[in-house]
Amino acid sequence: MISATVDWLPIVFVGLMALSFLIYAILDGYDLGVGVLLPLDNQQQRDTMIYSIGPFWDANETWLVMAIGLLLIAFPKAHSIIFQALYLPTALMLAGLILRGVSFDFRTKAPSTEKKKWDFAFKFGSLLATLSQGYMLGRYITSFDDTWLSFGFATLSAICVTAGYCFIGAAWLVMKTEGELQRRAAHWAKATNILMAIGIIAVCLTNLFIDQRIMDKWLDGIQVLILLPITCLLAFTFVTVHKYLSKVPMVNDVGCWYPFLAAIMLFILCFCGLAYSFYPYIVPFKLTIFDAASARESLWFIFVGAAVVLPMIIGYTIFSYKVFWGKTSKLNY
Amino acid sequence: MLDASAIANDTSFMLSRIQFAANISFHILFPTINIALCWVLLFFKVRFNQTQDDSWLRVYRFWVRIFALTFGIGVVSGITMSFQFGTNWPGYMETVGNIAGPLLGYEVMTAFFLEASFLSIMLFGMDRVSNRIHTIATVLVSFGTTLSAFWILSLNSWMHTPAGFEMIDGVAHVTSWLEVIFNPSMPYRFMHMLLASGLTTAFLISGISAYRLIRGDNKKSVKQALNFSVTLAAVLIPIQIFVGDLHGLNTFKNQPAKIAAMEGAWNTETNVPLLLFALPDEQQRKNNFVVKVPNMASIILTHDSAGEIKGLNEFRDKHPPVTPVFFSFRIMIGIGVLMLIFSWLATYHYVIKKCYPPWLLKTGIAMTFSGWLATLAGWYVTEIGRQPYLVTGILRTKDAVTTTPPENIAMSLTLYLVIYGFLLIAYIRTLFVMANRAVILELSNASLTDTGSSIEPNIPLADEGEK
Repeated sequence: MISATVDWLPIVFVGLMALSFLIYAILDGYDLGVGVLLPLDNQQQRDTMIYSIGPFWDANETWLVMAIGLLLIAFPKAHSIIFQALYLPTALMLAGLILRGVSFDFRTKAPSTEKKKWDFAFKFGSLLATLSQGYMLGRYITSFDDTWLSFGFATLSAICVTAGYCFIGAAWLVMKTEGELQRRAAHWAKATNILMAIGIIAVCLTNLFIDQRIMDKWLDGIQVLILLPITCLLAFTFVTVHKYLSKVPMVNDVGCWYPFLAAIMLFILCFCGLAYSFYPYIVPFKLTIFDAASARESLWFIFVGAAVVLPMIIGYTIFSYKVFWGKTSKLNY
Repeated sequence: MLDASAIANDTSFMLSRIQFAANISFHILFPTINIALCWVLLFFKVRFNQTQDDSWLRVYRFWVRIFALTFGIGVVSGITMSFQFGTNWPGYMETVGNIAGPLLGYEVMTAFFLEASFLSIMLFGMDRVSNRIHTIATVLVSFGTTLSAFWILSLNSWMHTPAGFEMIDGVAHVTSWLEVIFNPSMPYRFMHMLLASGLTTAFLISGISAYRLIRGDNKKSVKQALNFSVTLAAVLIPIQIFVGDLHGLNTFKNQPAKIAAMEGAWNTETNVPLLLFALPDEQQRKNNFVVKVPNMASIILTHDSAGEIKGLNEFRDKHPPVTPVFFSFRIMIGIGVLMLIFSWLATYHYVIKKCYPPWLLKTGIAMTFSGWLATLAGWYVTEIGRQPYLVTGILRTKDAVTTTPPENIAMSLTLYLVIYGFLLIAYIRTLFVMANRAVILELSNASLTDTGSSIEPNIPLADEGEK
C-alpha cells in the first residue's frame, strides 16, 4: 500500500502493544515480585503472600500473551528478529514462568510434605523469569550488541528489573496485608527501592550514550525542558515512598496504597522514557514499525475487534479486582 | 563450509520440529480436559442449584480443583506457544502472518482474558459474589475455553485447507475473512476436537471416580460423578465415530495424500481393502504382514466397493511419512472402539443392573487417560499427515525454520523435555493424591489437621453415606 501520508495503523498498534507490555510489567510485575520475595522461613507468610496474588496472576500473565501476540500479529518481522536474538533467555524465562505457574496449584494439591518444595519452585521460577526478562530488556536496549560491555549492561538490567518487580511486589503486599508481614514487606520495599533507583539511573545514562540519535532526541532543542519535570517527579516519588515505608505500619493503615501507586507511576515513567527513546524503531535502529507492519487489511481486521473487546477486558478486569478488594484472606474453592 | 551449514540447518530443522511437537503435545493435554470439564462443572453447579443436593456441590468442589490445576498447566504451557513462532518458525509468520496473526489475536482478545478474569471468580469467588454471579462466571469461563478452541482450530484448519486468500509476492493476503475462518475442514475439525474433549473428560472423571469407589469411598457424590461420566461417554462416542467419519471424508476430498498414508495405499486402485494391520516399508514403497478386509476402505471413503482411492505414488515428494500416520490412525481408532465397548457396558450396568462390578471399575481406572492417548494419536495423524507442508500447498515446513544454531535449540529442547516429563508425572500423581485425600476424609471422618490444603476443611464432613 503506497500512501503519501504516514499510515496511522502501525502507530495505533505499536501503542496498543506498548500499553500491553506496560500493563504486563505492572500487573505480572507485582505477582512475580511477590514470588521472588517468598520467605523460606515462614510458611504462614508464604501462604498469605500467595493468597494475595492467587485470583490475579492468571489474567496478569495473559497480558504477556497479548503483548507478544500483538508484536507477532502486527510486526511479525520484528518478532522473529527479536526472539531469534533472544533465543536462550526466552527459553529460560518460559521455563521460569511454567515452574511458578504450576507451583501455584501444586503447592496446595500435592502431598502436604512437598508443599515447601513447591514454594521453593515458585520462588525460583519467579526469579528465573524476572532475571531473564531484565536480561532480555538489557539486550534489547543495547541493540543485541555482542560486546562485553553490552552483556555486562544486560546483567545489570537483569538485577535491576528484578529489583523493580520486587519493589512493586513488596508495595502490593504493603497494601494487601497486615501486621508482621506488612512490616516485613515495607522493609523489602525500602531495600529494593534503592536498587531500582540505581537501575533507573544506569539505564538512563546508558540509553543516552548508546546512540547519538537518542542523545539528540532528548537533549537537542525544546525536548530538554521535559526532562526537568520528569526528573523531579521521579526524585519526589522515590523520596516520599522511602519516607512513607519507614513509618509503616501507619495508624489506621493510612495511605497503604501509596507505595503501590508510586511503583505504578515509576513503571509508567520509565516505560514512556524508553518508548520515546526508540520510537519509531521496533528493533532498535534496524527496523521501524512501518517497515515491520503486517498488511493493512489484517491490521484493520484486528483493530475493529480490539476496539470492541479491549474496553470489555478492562471492564471485567476492574470487576475482578473489586471482587477481591481489600486485605488478603484465605482463598477457598 | 556450505556442507557444514547445510547440516546445521538440517539439525536445527529436526530439533525445532521435535521441540514444537513436544510443546504442542504437552500443551494440548490440558485444554483437551478443560474445554469439556468446564461445561461439566457448569452442569454440576446447575444441578446443585436445582436440587440443593449437597452431593452435587461436593462433585463440583472436587472437580473444580482439578480444573484449576489443569488450567494452570494449560496456561503456562500455552504461553510457550506464542514465542515458538518467532524463535523457531519465523518463515511461518512471514508467509501467512496476515492470516495467522488476526486469528491468534482474536483468540487472545476474545477468549483468553475472558477465561482468565472470570476463572478467579469461578474458583475463589463462591463466598464473595452471589450464587447467580458465580454461575454466570462459570458460564463465561466455559464459553471462553470453547471460543479459544474455535479460533485456534480455525487457524489450524486453515493450515490444512487454506481458503479465502491470494498470494502476492510470496505473502498470503486475505480476500475473505469468512472463507478464512470457516475454511473447508474447520467445522469437522472443531466438532471432532470438542467431542474428543468431552470423551477425554468423561473418561478422566469415570477413572478417578472408579478409583475412589474401589478404595472404599462410597459417597453419593462419587457415584453421581461416575454415573454421569459413563453416560456422557456412552452418548458421545457414537457421535464422535460419526463425526470422525465425516472428517475423514472431508480429508479425502481436500488432502488425499493424508488419506493414502492413513490407509497405507501406495498405488491408485479400486476395490481398496481396509488394512487392519501392516508394516509399511517406505523404501520399497509397499506393505508387509498385511491383515485386511477386502473392499472396505473403498466402501468407507467412496461408499462404493469399487471406488478409487489415490495412492501415495501419485504424490511423490508431496506426501507425509507413512509409518507414523498409519499407526497413529490405528491407535486412535483402537482406543475409540475400546471407549465404545467400555462406556456402553458401564451404562448397561448403571441403568439395568444398578451397580458396577469391580472388574469394570478397574477397567475404568485403566482407561482414565485413554482420551489423552486417542487425542494425541488423532493430532499426530492430522499434523504429520499434512507434511511436508506447514500450510498445505503454500509453505513447506523446512522453508519456515529458524537459522538459530542447533546447539541452542538442543538446549531449549532438553529444558522443555525435562520440565514436561516432570510436570506430567506430578500432574497424574497429584490427581490420585487428591482422590486419596478425599477417600481418607470419608473414611476417618474425624477432625483433621490441616493437611496443607486450604480446601478440605471447607467440604462438609457430615456422613452422607449410602452404604
